[in-house]
Amino acid sequence: MSILAKYKGQEVSGVSRIEGPIVVVESPGVVGYDEVVDIYDEEGKIRQGRVLEAGENFAIVEVFSGTTGLSIDNTRVRFQGRPLRISVSSEMLGRIFNGLGDPIDGGPEPLADKYANINGLPINPAARKYPRDYIQTGISTIDGMNTLVMGQKLPIFSGNGLPHDQLAAQIVTQADLGSAVDRPQSQTTEFAVIFAAMGIKHDQAAFFRDTFTKTGALSRVAMFLNLADDPPVERIVTPRLALTLAEYLAFDLGMHVLVIMTDMTSYCEALRQISNIRGEVPSRKGYPGYLYSDLAQVYERTGRIKLSYGSITQIPILTMPNDDITHPVPDLTGYISEGQVVLDRSLFQKGIYPPISVLPSLSRLMKDGIGAGKTRADHSHLAAQLYAAFAHVQEIRALASVIGEEEMSSIDQQYLAFGNQFELGFVRQDHDENRSIEETLRLAWKLLSMLPLEELTRLTADEIDQYFGKF
Amino acid sequence: MAIEIGKIIWVNGPVVRVRGSREVRMLEMVEVGEEHLIGEIIGLNEDVMTVQVYEENSGMRPGEPVFGTGMSLSVELGPGLLRSIFDGIQRPLPVMERKEGTFISRGVKLTSLYRGSLWEFTPVIKEGVEVSGGAILGSVPETNALEHFIMVPPTLKGVITWIAPNGQYKLEEPIAKLLTPSGEHDLSMLQHWPVRRPRPFLQRETPNELLITGQRILDTFFPLAKGGAAAIPGGFGAGKTITQHQIAKWSNADIVIYIGCGERGNEMTEVLQEFPDLIDPRNNQPLMERTVLIANTSNMPVAAREASIYTGITIAEYYRDMGYDVALMADSTSRWAEALREISGRLEEMPAEEGYPAYLGARLAEFYERAGKVKTLNHRQGSVSVIGAVSPPGGDFSEPVTQHTRRYIRTFWALDKALASARHFPSVNWLNSYSEYVDTLNDWWTAKTGYDWQELRSQGMEIMNEESRLSQIVQLVGPSALPDEQRLILETARLIKEGFMQQNAMDDVDTFTTIEKQIKMLDVILYFHRRAEKAIQLGVFASALHSLDVVTTIIRMKTQVINRNVSQLDEIRAQIDRELSELEQQYV
Repeated sequence: MSILAKYKGQEVSGVSRIEGPIVVVESPGVVGYDEVVDIYDEEGKIRQGRVLEAGENFAIVEVFSGTTGLSIDNTRVRFQGRPLRISVSSEMLGRIFNGLGDPIDGGPEPLADKYANINGLPINPAARKYPRDYIQTGISTIDGMNTLVMGQKLPIFSGNGLPHDQLAAQIVTQADLGSAVDRPQSQTTEFAVIFAAMGIKHDQAAFFRDTFTKTGALSRVAMFLNLADDPPVERIVTPRLALTLAEYLAFDLGMHVLVIMTDMTSYCEALRQISNIRGEVPSRKGYPGYLYSDLAQVYERTGRIKLSYGSITQIPILTMPNDDITHPVPDLTGYISEGQVVLDRSLFQKGIYPPISVLPSLSRLMKDGIGAGKTRADHSHLAAQLYAAFAHVQEIRALASVIGEEEMSSIDQQYLAFGNQFELGFVRQDHDENRSIEETLRLAWKLLSMLPLEELTRLTADEIDQYFGKF
Repeated sequence: MAIEIGKIIWVNGPVVRVRGSREVRMLEMVEVGEEHLIGEIIGLNEDVMTVQVYEENSGMRPGEPVFGTGMSLSVELGPGLLRSIFDGIQRPLPVMERKEGTFISRGVKLTSLYRGSLWEFTPVIKEGVEVSGGAILGSVPETNALEHFIMVPPTLKGVITWIAPNGQYKLEEPIAKLLTPSGEHDLSMLQHWPVRRPRPFLQRETPNELLITGQRILDTFFPLAKGGAAAIPGGFGAGKTITQHQIAKWSNADIVIYIGCGERGNEMTEVLQEFPDLIDPRNNQPLMERTVLIANTSNMPVAAREASIYTGITIAEYYRDMGYDVALMADSTSRWAEALREISGRLEEMPAEEGYPAYLGARLAEFYERAGKVKTLNHRQGSVSVIGAVSPPGGDFSEPVTQHTRRYIRTFWALDKALASARHFPSVNWLNSYSEYVDTLNDWWTAKTGYDWQELRSQGMEIMNEESRLSQIVQLVGPSALPDEQRLILETARLIKEGFMQQNAMDDVDTFTTIEKQIKMLDVILYFHRRAEKAIQLGVFASALHSLDVVTTIIRMKTQVINRNVSQLDEIRAQIDRELSELEQQYV
């Protein structure tokens, strides 16, 4: 059994072509675009799929769990007459499901509170509430320079072998609602967490499960696991299941939901695989032309609405093939998401955790989530000054590698010292080190106090009077 | 009115094929399926029509009926447009929210403009007068700041046989009768116009007036004229959207049309919630009073994204025809081009570059050519300025959308990822950007400010170009190897970058700079340069300049000197003289 809703429907045979995960059915009768399909193999076992293209006397169906073992003559297909829907309920927290929503933790089927279409519907921009409440993650480079805001989608751009899993787990463990001002008393301060895995390795899944168990978070986590050796096509459904549950928890029940989705690159590859088999015109690197729209349908299911206290905050993780940020997956993601946290291999090799490269990182919603009454009045200028100073460090480092450090002017040497201390004392922190926002800002001022006063042009005179050299 | 014209035979996402009538026209608006979803005919082949559907259509089946409307995809024009927020096919989103709730459901039929409001109409024309299209019948105060002129539809001409007296009328009530050769027409305040057809005008005029944006690097270095077309290309995070928002907020256009085309939902919500609170400095009215928003976010149906650009520019032309200066922002035209690509792919058309259809360039040209300063049908002067954001994949400007766009615009604001990473905003790269309006705008600048703008601008540009050459040398040998004159150029370039080009949209003072302050700021920096050149000739070391107090004063003048007190900038000149003379005395 599964949380996917079941219907009766018309059953036909007449499969004429099977290729990869795609099945073409002749004379299916009246079939709707995007309709759910049950496919029965010779032994009568059921697989699920959905209609990609509906013609007068044919239907093209993608089979989520693959077509291995299906034959032309002995396959029967049942069209269900409706798009894919799932049952959602608050009981799903604390449970583990596979990529199609079947429980895999040995527990019973959760009872349904409600059935919902997994594609969701777009939120009317006029019905949204603009996100303004910051989430304290306890990580200085995020809180101080790329503040996460409740209702934001902030992906982690990583590479293979980099510690993005540890970072995501640390964010989940430490996330704190910080300034949330309009929270009713009855509301819990803890996040519900929905974890959607697409094509990740078994030990990665085990790492998350163990971390959530160890920190006691598991009871508020729902995990949807499509692992690397599971059928790729399932991956297209997995994030949609996760987000359908997230919308129910956030907008119907008023909970604050954090959604971790990893690895979006595997998701996009599954899309590409289907597109290629269908013979669609590819755009960049073989990915389909609708990749942007498809990703947007996943990422845009985030935010806050006027009619609910709840929120959905997304932290998608993607591995950049060959660490290339211009690859279509990170590129299109960056155009949809509200910023990005970029991990850097050279920092990682220096032994710095978390290896967050601040210069290409960005939080678009930071400007409205920080400042007086939220974090602190000087936060915005302080962050801008750190960025400007560290950007300058990069230029000086490039120069120092050519002419040698001894040849540099004294101001430049101060910058070099600042840069090193920035990485070792601000970026670097322990896996379980949870810094308060005050601590992060204090560290930032301490760093900037290493530079001559006249270099601090992004800060106001008052701010300098109040904080410069005081830590 | 909607009659069945055929049955669906094929569904592939938003593209649907229908078999039936041959009596339909290209680009006719149709209602598709039992839910009557809105669509448009984009191809005809014998008795098979290809239709793109503007709403989410999962579950749609072959065999469902399709209905014709006899109309092209059109917008409603009349009082009540301002302050509205529409989706890509001009459905009012706040009304939809009240009726349907938080999520956008399907098959919602709504009129674009609210029919119930009463508008105060004042006639300006007499009975018996012969009029042609565009003639002004009267006016309606649409907002506190703007008179909405009611015009004869462009396609009609004849004799006015009746005009309504002063009074309050609803949108669809007749306010005039027009006798034409084909009979008498009732004219109301409501008009329709097909979005894909440009509205007519008498003639084009030369754009020779600056569209003031209050953004220093744009106005002073790479200006856009009213009626011109500009592009803002930049990778993600380079600041396209903030730049567009800043122009929407502070530009001196009478009307602003902001199209969020395939962009983020939260961004549109930000505009929606912020604009009613922001006050237009020119008339102390909320900025929303002059704004029309069109929001088709990235997860809304892709075909409506394609339509949103046309909906926006048609509304812009309508206000232009009343004699207003309209600024239209489209964020982002790349998403619109991708919508074209997606539809084209589903039609299995032969692709040109990167999967885009071969007609990409032609479509972009059609769009940008609808910008212009014109003499309207009623002999007024109006303009539509178009500012299109472009989102090149990987920030690579050699991709097809950026390249085609460059052929049809005249101001190019190239945003730079490296500048954005260093939080140098606006991240307009001064070496790659250009404006072809510099020559035509010189007289305007001189008349308004009394300064020789073109001369100051080219001096500034010369220093920036020289700096770029010198920094390549510095990267190899370090700054100490340069002679003092050249180190001064680096210092002045730093002042131009940090003191002039960088502008903080979040700062109350810095967010908008008047042109008087802009030109004076540049003049102060260049004065410092000339004065310091003299000091260096007297033997002062360039390295001593860096720690002068006046250098900090110059960098901070953008926030310390408010727009109304530009004369304070003259005091900085005095400070320059004083500190450099002191320095000279130490050396001589």
